[in-house]
Amino acid sequence: MTVKRLIIKDIEKCVGCSLCMYACARKFAKKPEIGIDSSGILAVSLSGFERGATVIFCRACTDPPCVQVCPTNALKPKKGGGVVFVEDLCIACGNCMEACTIGAIFTRQDGKPAVCIHCGYCANYCPHDVLSFQEVEV
Amino acid sequence: MRSNVLYIDLSKYKYEIINRKDLFDEWIGGIGVGIQLLKEELNPKADPLGDENVIVFAVGPFTPAYPLASKTVALFKSPLTGNLGESHAGGRTATSIANAGYGAMVIKGKSKKPVYIVIENDKVHFRDARVLWGIEDSLIVGRIIAEKEGGRGIRTVMRIGGGGEKLVRYACVTTETYRHFGRLGLGAVFGSKNLKALVVIGRGGMQPKDKKGYREVYDKIYKITLESDAMQKYHLIGTAVNILPLNELRSLPTKNLKSTRFEGAEEISGESFAIYNLGRRIACNHCPIACIHIAALREPYEQEKYFYKTIMISYDYELIYSLGSMLGIHSREGLLKLIQKVETYTLDAISTGVCLAWATEALEKGLISEDDTVVRLLFGDYDAYLKAIDYLIKQPTEFYKILAQGVEKASQVYGGADFALALGSNEMAGYHTGYGAHIGNLIGLRHSHLDAAGYSIDQKVREIKPKELVDELIKEEKWRQVLSTLVVCFFARKVYTSEIIVEAFKPLGVEIDEDKLLKLGERIYVEKLRLKRKMGFDVKSLRIPKRIFETETLHGKLNKELMDEALNYYAKIVDDMSS
Repeated sequence: MTVKRLIIKDIEKCVGCSLCMYACARKFAKKPEIGIDSSGILAVSLSGFERGATVIFCRACTDPPCVQVCPTNALKPKKGGGVVFVEDLCIACGNCMEACTIGAIFTRQDGKPAVCIHCGYCANYCPHDVLSFQEVEV
Repeated sequence: MRSNVLYIDLSKYKYEIINRKDLFDEWIGGIGVGIQLLKEELNPKADPLGDENVIVFAVGPFTPAYPLASKTVALFKSPLTGNLGESHAGGRTATSIANAGYGAMVIKGKSKKPVYIVIENDKVHFRDARVLWGIEDSLIVGRIIAEKEGGRGIRTVMRIGGGGEKLVRYACVTTETYRHFGRLGLGAVFGSKNLKALVVIGRGGMQPKDKKGYREVYDKIYKITLESDAMQKYHLIGTAVNILPLNELRSLPTKNLKSTRFEGAEEISGESFAIYNLGRRIACNHCPIACIHIAALREPYEQEKYFYKTIMISYDYELIYSLGSMLGIHSREGLLKLIQKVETYTLDAISTGVCLAWATEALEKGLISEDDTVVRLLFGDYDAYLKAIDYLIKQPTEFYKILAQGVEKASQVYGGADFALALGSNEMAGYHTGYGAHIGNLIGLRHSHLDAAGYSIDQKVREIKPKELVDELIKEEKWRQVLSTLVVCFFARKVYTSEIIVEAFKPLGVEIDEDKLLKLGERIYVEKLRLKRKMGFDVKSLRIPKRIFETETLHGKLNKELMDEALNYYAKIVDDMSS
């Protein structure tokens, strides 16, 4: 089957502008956030911008470790990979952030996770075509 | 709107957060609020390098709501000019401060021993920096702190290298490796406070007042940014694109402004850098443009076969002028090495280049000797200049101790004021376009070429009339107070028109119109001018180096009477405004 997913087209083109992070925080029309608190993607320099930049976000595992350690089922596996996050069930235990092998779950100020749900909103704001929202085979 | 101000006292290692809604309601943010905080906290007669000096960092209401609002205003008393110091920087500083929840930060006092500060949202940590003190390379300082502290991707690391520690009066503060609070010596103020670095880690968010409207205005600004040609210049070759046209217009200061045509312009042009050296581009936080152009310099180790290093060096127009044409450097490699050198030491590139250009001519004329300079300075000889920059830090002779205080000071001690290219004690920017550039630098409230872009007026207006010119410069500078209140990048000034600004404020819950914006700009202009006067600014004591009148500009040779007429007219305006 195929699913639509956020993918990286060319990481070498990343300029570290973080527009994806701000887009992620704005993604819900009913509660667009100014800032990055709820952003599930992180743009970083590679220990200094002289080495370039990269973005970190959920790889959409088919068997996600974060789901396995969630005690309240706030994180549920999504069909085709990745997770769905039910905020009201989350007790902010932080297990998921520790369990994620690639460190792609971030901590909001209230202690709950900020995780990519592969909605693709950020790809519309990637000015240099690093990110893309595409059909992939799973 | 965000209205919390973080006050840090380095003398007592204490901090507090105070909600200053009163200030933000009236002055909005950025320079508007910053100047009020400086007025409250700073004794205008304070020694710039003493405990009493105060540093204010202020961000604006559009950070991080909209793209291109990624600048921070720093205010302090300048150790270079003894007057108001104002410097703006990009990188991740503004968004980190805003995401941490602050509209501004005030740093007072002096630490007894070297420290660096880590701000993590509402917590402030004072960290021992004794081990870091003495590390002259700001890139290494940044790397050590980046490895040790948290907040990767959501922080700013502002730091000083050897220039700041040694109190070179034109040392800068570097942030995110390649962006700078460049001019007027904030690095020396950090050094005088025993402050090696300032890290701000910010994770936060807030809801706009009008949710739908916010996303719509955001998209509109984003679209204008990418689809119009408002910022195309910065997308492509970058600011270095100016080298060839300014050379063509007889406006590129060359060899200490003995000339405005540089025979090596082609070799050090933005086009040449793009073709032969451009290695990557990066962006300030929340800006899609990526105007930061970085050259890759591959260097062999001469003693070791097949051993190379590749260093990444950021270049811009002002650096190519000051360390290139001003020093007669043809070689791009040599120029990149010079840029790298000032970058590691956290020196202001413009001031460094102008100081070295003056020293070269002073040596030619016999005002100083090789005993003073240690190395024989010669226009075009970048190896000599690389050594001289080391000496500005190591200060092996009395001469370098004095040159580290700026070209104005050096010429007072050794003579050669006629060709000491400082305006208001600040080394000149890279535009010998005509009256607009120089008068703009003299009367601009932060003595910067970006105050009112006089160089741009020079290129547009054929016949300059002194009073009209002054009026035009003041008008533009007042508008730029509005932009510096927001605080949007000046490169985005064509995107942030008054209509767009009014529209962008609405979803944030602020009703404002164009008239109010203009009045705000005017009021801030007056506030700054009054503060400058208290610090000793006097139009009548401004000095114009003779060399400015001797070398051809786009408008031919400049006429002193015309310049004096403009300054006299401005002096009257200042008197009216200050009373």
